Amino acid sequence: MIGTAVIVFRETLEAALIVSVVLAATRGIRHRGLWIGTGVAVGLLGAVLIAAVAGAIASAFEGVGQELFNAAVLIAAVVMLGWHQLWMVEHGRELAGQLRALGDSIRSGGRTLAALAVAVALAVLREGGETVLFIQGLAATEPRIEVAAGLVIGGLGGTVVGTLLYFGLVRIPVRHFFRVTGWLIVVLAAGLAAQAARFLEQANVLPALVPQLWDTSGVLSESSVPGQMLHVLIGYTAQPSLLQFVFYGATLATLIGVGYWRVTAPSAPRVARTA
Amino acid sequence: MRLLVAALLFACSGFAFAEDPTFELTIRDHRFTPSEITVPTGKKIKLIVKNEDATPEEFESKKLRREKVIPGKSQATILVGPLTAGEYPFVGEFHENTASGKLIAK
Repeated sequence: MIGTAVIVFRETLEAALIVSVVLAATRGIRHRGLWIGTGVAVGLLGAVLIAAVAGAIASAFEGVGQELFNAAVLIAAVVMLGWHQLWMVEHGRELAGQLRALGDSIRSGGRTLAALAVAVALAVLREGGETVLFIQGLAATEPRIEVAAGLVIGGLGGTVVGTLLYFGLVRIPVRHFFRVTGWLIVVLAAGLAAQAARFLEQANVLPALVPQLWDTSGVLSESSVPGQMLHVLIGYTAQPSLLQFVFYGATLATLIGVGYWRVTAPSAPRVARTA
Repeated sequence: MRLLVAALLFACSGFAFAEDPTFELTIRDHRFTPSEITVPTGKKIKLIVKNEDATPEEFESKKLRREKVIPGKSQATILVGPLTAGEYPFVGEFHENTASGKLIAK
């Protein structure tokens, strides 16, 4: 039961952290709870379906179908998060103004909420799919009641930590809030891109270039809880390859760069709406 | 955007894996058989790991930079290489005491 609880805790924690950051970053946008909640629900359903066809996926593409699928899911999530971030660069100030005035949540942001719901669904799908496969394997040999208990304990634990993060984030003063959550989204996306790179390496589709730029597993191991949290939130990797570093840097540079371009280009609409 | 993802997957399927040297590894009673495999350098290698145990095992090699969970009573494929000459140890992470071995590239 402890073994199940630990595994489920770790997987749930990863998804819960992403959901928390996205929820915080969309604070003030109307209906965002509904959108994100739907994303989570769809992700859970998808996880069960994916687990059912896991064998077929795994044996596809000469046996590395799972790695390619994970990479594709991660890259799709990066694109969704990036799209939201571009929108926020233009509208973040509006949102902050609304929040400060404690007024109604703003009505715009529907399409970007869809993108974020997809990003959340993909995250839950990935983590959930792994969890379902683990549970299936364990349930074959351990008493079902112990596996179920571990599932509940681990799931609750991961959700609690994610919730703590959310409440920690919303305590940030409004004038800094969207800048901080904006950066969290950007590094989250960069971290997911680095994970995608790792899966492309594992599928032997892209070379590592340099297998290991550094090894900080002695300082902070990815298998420790704080290490894992940093892994999800900022993409911390104890033994990154050059390929991962390049994906991380390119995502950061793209999101930051395109953001600046959108704001400073002569044809960009000025954010002038007043409360 | 979805088109980009689909194109990426399609491009991957065009890779000619069929020619790569293939080696088999079996997990039985939480041990790898054989525990040492000699493989050629400079080529892409296909490693088929068959898990004959009822419980899952995670094949992991830090030096090969590969990790993969293999469910009980099933098999998985791991692609590595091209490798330079040397030894590449691997373990079964769920049963590290007994499940270990190495690839020797020469």
